[in-house]
Amino acid sequence: MQWETVIGLEIHAQLATNTKIFSGSSTTFGAEPNTQASLIDLAMPGTLPVLNQEAVRMACMFGLAVDAHIAEHNIFARKNYFYPDLPKGYQTSQMDDPIVGVGHMDIALEDGSIKRVGITRAHLEEDAGKSLHEDFSGMTGIDLNRAGTPLLEIVSEPELSNAKEAVAYAKAIHTLVRYLNICDGNMAEGSFRCDCNVSIRPKGQSTLGTRTEIKNVNSFRFIERAINHEIQRQIELIEDGGKVTQETRLYDPSKDETRSMRSKEEANDYRYFPCPDLLPIHIPREMLEELRTHLPELPTHKRERFEKEFGLSTYDASVLSASREMANYFEEVEKICQDAKLATNWVMGELSSLLNKENLDITQPPVSAKQLGGMLLRIKDNTISGKIAKMVFEAMAAGEGDADQVIEQRGLKQVTDSGAIEAMLDDVLAANAEQVEQYRASDENKRGKMFGFFVGQAMRASKGKANPQQVNDLLKKKLEQ
Amino acid sequence: MHQLTLANISKALAAKQFSARELTSHLLSRIEQLDPQLNSFITVSKESALQQATAADELRSSGINAPLLGLPIAHKDLFCTEGVRTSCASKTLDNFIAPYTATVVDKLNTAGFISLGKLNMDEFAMGSSGETSFYGPSKNPWDTQRIPGGSSSGSAVAVAARLIPVSTGSDSGGSIRQPAAFTGLTGIKPTYGRISRWGMTAYASSLDQAGFLAHNAEDCAMLLQATAGFDERDSTSSQQPVDDYAATLTQPLKGLRIGLPKEYFSSDLDSRIGDVVNNSIEQLKQLGATFVEISLPSLPHAVPAYYVIASAEASTNLARFDGVRFGHRCADPKNLEDLYLRSRDEAFGKEVKRRIMIGTYALSTGYYDAYYLKAQKIRRLIKNDFVSAFKDVDLILGPTTPNLPWLLGSKTNDPVAAYLEDIYTVPANLAGIPGLSMPAGMIDGLPVGVQLLAPYFQEARLLQVAHQFQQHTDWHARTPAGF
Repeated sequence: MQWETVIGLEIHAQLATNTKIFSGSSTTFGAEPNTQASLIDLAMPGTLPVLNQEAVRMACMFGLAVDAHIAEHNIFARKNYFYPDLPKGYQTSQMDDPIVGVGHMDIALEDGSIKRVGITRAHLEEDAGKSLHEDFSGMTGIDLNRAGTPLLEIVSEPELSNAKEAVAYAKAIHTLVRYLNICDGNMAEGSFRCDCNVSIRPKGQSTLGTRTEIKNVNSFRFIERAINHEIQRQIELIEDGGKVTQETRLYDPSKDETRSMRSKEEANDYRYFPCPDLLPIHIPREMLEELRTHLPELPTHKRERFEKEFGLSTYDASVLSASREMANYFEEVEKICQDAKLATNWVMGELSSLLNKENLDITQPPVSAKQLGGMLLRIKDNTISGKIAKMVFEAMAAGEGDADQVIEQRGLKQVTDSGAIEAMLDDVLAANAEQVEQYRASDENKRGKMFGFFVGQAMRASKGKANPQQVNDLLKKKLEQ
Repeated sequence: MHQLTLANISKALAAKQFSARELTSHLLSRIEQLDPQLNSFITVSKESALQQATAADELRSSGINAPLLGLPIAHKDLFCTEGVRTSCASKTLDNFIAPYTATVVDKLNTAGFISLGKLNMDEFAMGSSGETSFYGPSKNPWDTQRIPGGSSSGSAVAVAARLIPVSTGSDSGGSIRQPAAFTGLTGIKPTYGRISRWGMTAYASSLDQAGFLAHNAEDCAMLLQATAGFDERDSTSSQQPVDDYAATLTQPLKGLRIGLPKEYFSSDLDSRIGDVVNNSIEQLKQLGATFVEISLPSLPHAVPAYYVIASAEASTNLARFDGVRFGHRCADPKNLEDLYLRSRDEAFGKEVKRRIMIGTYALSTGYYDAYYLKAQKIRRLIKNDFVSAFKDVDLILGPTTPNLPWLLGSKTNDPVAAYLEDIYTVPANLAGIPGLSMPAGMIDGLPVGVQLLAPYFQEARLLQVAHQFQQHTDWHARTPAGF
């Protein structure tokens, strides 16, 4: 039987507000347990929530960026269930009237085509705290620092047809929220996490199969693996005559498998109802227009502009526009050196491998865009060769100052005085008289191979500083004599 | 001293007829002597009250003559008071020392009030008799065999027995007006949102409103003036400007149109109470008011709608009492579920459990539309009834309660009968309009209240009418024998 897969994602993006969604507590990650939990976060009797308008503004920015309908009036609801890290016994969320309605996101597929993925809705809610099951000798610790952190839950239509598409979609949302500066996107700290709804059906069938939901997957790699594993599990289950049950599952990366958390029967009846402590959120149309004028250039637009303006390939353009910081870095380098191709090669080449090696991201570059651009200018004006430039780059990364300082201090300025180069070449040829004899006795083919040897000797003798083109030209002339 | 109204105490303190310390000690000794038979206080803050009184006297002798400086009060035990137990009359919070102070209390403290302690109530404000308190019922000083009403039972009893001149209360379905009627007091429930709910433990968030019990309208006006207004910590508090309540008290009633809803005078009403209401109508006519019959057709549905909405909200408001962070926790829980089940089962009383069950049921999948949603529709109809009635009349008048205070224990096993006693008070909460109950007669030695209802934020009109009525009657000045 041929199977097809239907996937929908629910992404929880933690909004980058300074304070929580309903209290004035800080949202900084990693503080001592319960030091960022106010009376409200602890759900003390008599406390009341007050909505953080910054969270509303951020949700609206997202809505505008995915071309969604933004409701003029929307409301918070209480989602009721008991859990120790949920202090009020309910989560304040949105049910019937979410802030962001139907929108869409375009994603680039591997074959270069663009797929439009529907966004069903996005709603505001508060995060829960954390239960700590280790280090309490059989007891459970509760840390409420995260309780009340604002989340935007972004729900896609079930329109993704394989794990790769799901990852591409998740990455596109990840890029977008970081562009908008509404989420730091830090997946390791849980700022961006994903629930994957997966079902399969015989190819061609129009009704959906029973789905399972894989909860809280927190890396792109795991999203792909968890979905693929779940598809395989469902196919095997059905082909063995079984049935998929609607349930929540957990992905265990150490075993690369999903396992059941709770079935539909065990699921809570959340008893949603409008929260009486909060007034409906009112979003004046003027506020949206104001926000629209402040939207940054979005990833898709930026990628297209890079292709057009700088003549980059789609691939290069999408790598360089993957984050706002990366794009800014690239554009600054390009602006200084006025050479998009050179800038692209260095940013995607040396800089990226340096970042990888040092485990840094583009927000903490060891070589600034200004430094890199300055160095590329020295390549362009022949002060240094590409090879020497790598040395200069490493020196800049090691904190030896900008390119001109490094070139000056280390004496790396390229030698272009042809008299000096000729004298140096004469010495090299004299020292290798035997090879010169051989060269001159050889045919064209052999000569070609031996020529490289002389260039190598010459560059070594000049400590790499001789202009390679001049070395080539003069060497050829001298050997042909 | 203990017979004086708040306004008169204020004058006496200013005139140095006695000191705040003398007054406070006098009232504390009355509480010590008389409260054992009344059970109106859960916590008496003797030492801090005396300290505050001394401090108030020192301020006064240094020339500060704030009108509310040194005035005594006590608070319903659902208002959080920093460092003082705030129990909500529940075993759940018997050990709970509030870490912060409610806005109402804070404003009164700042104005100079001295808190003598925390007052008994129905558990989590769920009840109309005071009998659901974990600390036992408060007794009506007019007849200690009878209930004083509730849920602000202690707030009513302590003022009626002259243990304190005024008290705070809260009113979600009549919890200020009904006990005020049953104990011969003037009680005001302001418009929903007029006073901040910050620090007032929630029973039914969309209905809860803080207010006051006092001997007369003038004292209610002083308290409302000191506490009304927007609070940035309560999103549902109103930004509407606060009126000058004292300024309009003395205005004559000439030209005032008062509506008499026929649904308030149906066969459910004790006819003797009907007579008291009629006498008060005659009195107000003499003062220049005119009366017209009106109709509030949705009124018969108010009680069921109220109990669905209030219970639904209560069922989730009380979810936080889970034994995890504060309050009662069962001994040696076996696991998480055991911790939840036993902590809540051991500490919540029967009526609280009943309402949590009703509310949970009403919000459940499959029942939500039939109960919660329908109740909200009725609520809208009731609100519309009032809004259209107030196009014709300035005020609405009727009885506060259909019956006299009943004997302790007589309705304990018939909750629906007790719920139906709220018929005249719950509509104002559902609509969010302000209401006031004032003493207007006596039957068999028991006080009877007449209720006034006004359009949104027209507390000044309620207080004016009650004040004018009280200038020509003395029901509000009567004291139960022995107090």
